[in-house]
Amino acid sequence: MSSVDPSLSIANPDLKDADVVQKAGLALAGLGVLVLFLSWGGVAIPPSIGLPIALLGILVGTVIYSARLYLNQPEGIKNNGVWFRSLTSRGVLGWVAGIVLTGFYVLLYWFPEYIGFKASGNEGFVALFDPLSMFFKGKPASQWFLYGTLYTLCITALGVKFLFKYRHNRYQFVRTLVVIASQLFLAYLIPEILAGLNYNDVTTASGEYLGYFNTDLKNSWPLDYDFFYDWQLNAFQEPSYQPVGTLYLIIGIAMFLVVTPIITYYVGKRWYCSWVCGCGGLAETAGDPFRHLSSKKLSAWRLERWLIHSVMVFVFVMTAATIYGYFWNTGEVFGLNIYKTFQQPYGFLIGATFSGVIGVGFYPMLGNRVWCRFGCPMAGYMGIIQRFKSRFRITTNGGQCISCGNCSTYCEQGIDVRSYAQKGQNIVRASCVGCGVCSAVCPRGVLNLENGPEQGRTDLPPIIIGNESIKVSN
Amino acid sequence: MQHIVIIGNGISGITTARHIRKKSDQRITVISAETDHFYSRTALMYIYMGHMKYEHTKPYEDWFWEKNRIELKRAYVEKVDTESKTLTFAGGESMPYDKLVLATGSKSNKFGWPGQDLKAVQGLYNYQDLESMETYTKDISRAVIVGGGLIGIEMAEMLLSRNIPVTFLVREGSFWNNVLPDGESEMINRHIREHHVDLRLSTNLKEILSDENGRARAVVTDSGEEIPCQFVGLTAGVSPNIGFLEGSGIETNRGIMVDPYLETNVKDVFAAGDCAEFRETNGERRNLEQVWYTGRMMGEVLAETICNKPTKYEPGHWFNSAKFFDIEYQTYGWVWAKPKDNENDFYWEHESGKISLRLRWDKETDKLLGVNNFGFRLRHHAFDKWFKEERTVQYVLEHLRDANFDPEFYKSHEEEIVNQFNAENGTKVSLKKKSWKRILQLVSN
Repeated sequence: MSSVDPSLSIANPDLKDADVVQKAGLALAGLGVLVLFLSWGGVAIPPSIGLPIALLGILVGTVIYSARLYLNQPEGIKNNGVWFRSLTSRGVLGWVAGIVLTGFYVLLYWFPEYIGFKASGNEGFVALFDPLSMFFKGKPASQWFLYGTLYTLCITALGVKFLFKYRHNRYQFVRTLVVIASQLFLAYLIPEILAGLNYNDVTTASGEYLGYFNTDLKNSWPLDYDFFYDWQLNAFQEPSYQPVGTLYLIIGIAMFLVVTPIITYYVGKRWYCSWVCGCGGLAETAGDPFRHLSSKKLSAWRLERWLIHSVMVFVFVMTAATIYGYFWNTGEVFGLNIYKTFQQPYGFLIGATFSGVIGVGFYPMLGNRVWCRFGCPMAGYMGIIQRFKSRFRITTNGGQCISCGNCSTYCEQGIDVRSYAQKGQNIVRASCVGCGVCSAVCPRGVLNLENGPEQGRTDLPPIIIGNESIKVSN
Repeated sequence: MQHIVIIGNGISGITTARHIRKKSDQRITVISAETDHFYSRTALMYIYMGHMKYEHTKPYEDWFWEKNRIELKRAYVEKVDTESKTLTFAGGESMPYDKLVLATGSKSNKFGWPGQDLKAVQGLYNYQDLESMETYTKDISRAVIVGGGLIGIEMAEMLLSRNIPVTFLVREGSFWNNVLPDGESEMINRHIREHHVDLRLSTNLKEILSDENGRARAVVTDSGEEIPCQFVGLTAGVSPNIGFLEGSGIETNRGIMVDPYLETNVKDVFAAGDCAEFRETNGERRNLEQVWYTGRMMGEVLAETICNKPTKYEPGHWFNSAKFFDIEYQTYGWVWAKPKDNENDFYWEHESGKISLRLRWDKETDKLLGVNNFGFRLRHHAFDKWFKEERTVQYVLEHLRDANFDPEFYKSHEEEIVNQFNAENGTKVSLKKKSWKRILQLVSN
């Protein structure tokens, strides 16, 4: 997540209904955000003071604001005014948020010097994070450290907001606790601590860099597309990183080959996409106010199927070439330069542009799951398992659907849930990430996420139950 | 090829059209004065509340109709001439038909209250009602709702979503108490008050007072109290929308009189949904079934008949659902406000005061007759099958875990329910574990 004002994504900017406590919470979060922007703008704020104000201000402010907002009302679904607010209905604020987010991503990926990242000594925005980076691993912050810290902060702060908002729904509550914990520990604290213990990202006293490998256990290939790049495979094997490096290499391969298919068979791809994944984690917390913006049109579904599976094929081909190049040390395959033909285009087009810039930057325009729905190869792979060989389904409760459309509207993956529910058919779709919100917003208790026998999972009943007029002749 | 014309693009008319198309190649025209396309009437409230936009309430994309060769016409039918089989529209245009389906729905009741036709006084049934509600609730300081039923409480929720204070006049001594038994009704009373609605039970509307511009400025209750307000919601039920049929020769009573095949007294003219009234009573059902689900079912059946496979409307076991603010309600079978002489009654309420279960069963046979569940979800297939198999209340309780439809990780209440049942009835029902094998049997036809 970026430095965009989180209060934008948590609040109705129209403050006429906010009481003094809510305003205090917003002010605190706003102060934190202001510090981030001022640093970005080059205002010299001492990091040792500025950083705690920014991080704690945003976290504590958001918690105060949302606790007050939601605990003041009876528990239940809270979508009032979603389509009236500028931020959440593609209004001016939505565009502003989208542009700021997108801009931040562009700078982060391609022009980190503009946010203050300098090898000779950080400035501004990145420098603000130096104290924390020094604390963890004794070296100044990189732009990725800044990004990881803000990303984790967003998932945590807005995850807490989500907990208050959905406190009546235990599925949402448990799921969000796991989302927050997996980001905080698996993606952030453990990798930083490992680096601090010299198991990764080490520069020796003589100035030799020993390499970097992905220490986020859950960031599995093919989502983590550079897992098999030579620099990473070398880092896994770096003698001074053992046994951690080898362990991560083995777990990384097992994640794809063994863990993912087995768990996906039992519970669907939700265990990953809406429970532990970092992209999913951000989508479900910071992205929650934008979930209704995904397109439900048939045309969007057609595009989605082509796009996601193309990316999947792309990553498979790219990785095959990469592994071939690693073992045969050719740098080429069939006369094609592996880096220029495969890795560079994938990294630029998919890794940075699609999953980062568009994936998050376009939240306020296209909804919070653009990447997960149209791009993510991990989601594509699990989607095939979920569709054809899994116990997971969203059960439709007989004839109780009233076609209101809340489920489809709030499906972040753009599934037209209603079209299944009103036929009395279960929803078994490759793209479903199992966030459970369709079930939560259904006013008639028609939808339920279940793991059960595969038998009859996708059946289309000839007649919706409750109508005995028409008999099915056998 | 016959030309089948359907008046009304609500759930009944559209279901009829879709199913005729599935079965035949007849020419189909659907006429509506309300909207260009079919939308979900049940979702009107969510448009006002900002949960959805109008476009989201349309179950089918706009290209669907042309693709399936269902012609849509936006017009108001003023006259039906059954002799020449011709419809006349407002504006004088006309259209011939071979078969006619009347699916014109309802209109909100007005019981002759003084001031009922003032501006800012309305019901909530159709899209035009939504638009006028949008207009007349701008910048107001209080709204009064008259009539304690489902639409009334939806309207209260709508207004509260825009921070408009609401006074809710309910004729009964407790909310919807002519349908809900006391326990559930009291639960909803509490919940309405929890949402800061000024709930007035046992209170009737006497008149609505006008300001100088012909707009409501206050209501007067039967106790003589004057309540200032700038909007009055009339939600005391609905009646069939059939005024345009006068003089057509089509027999009407409260609704359009139909036989079990949904055919009127005039050949080739049918009626379905809210506007159809059955000549013969069907079990415990009302002759006028103003329920969304039954409208859908009538459409399913009528399509068969129109496609030359005469089929009686034989709905199965009764079911219904609603949501009162944050409390969901489902019901299967028959649960009357007061148990009948042959019925036993059981009511369990969770300590939170927002979750409850009521069972009714036959004193002689122990056969389950009905269930009301509030604040938790039950599987429709389970109860449908148990009614068909005439299961006893003990059997149902024993297998209650199979019927639970709450999301994962929810606290389940079966044990508490069964313990209370055993204590009250001196039975020894013991709960069985949830069994997927049994659930699959419940789901199979």
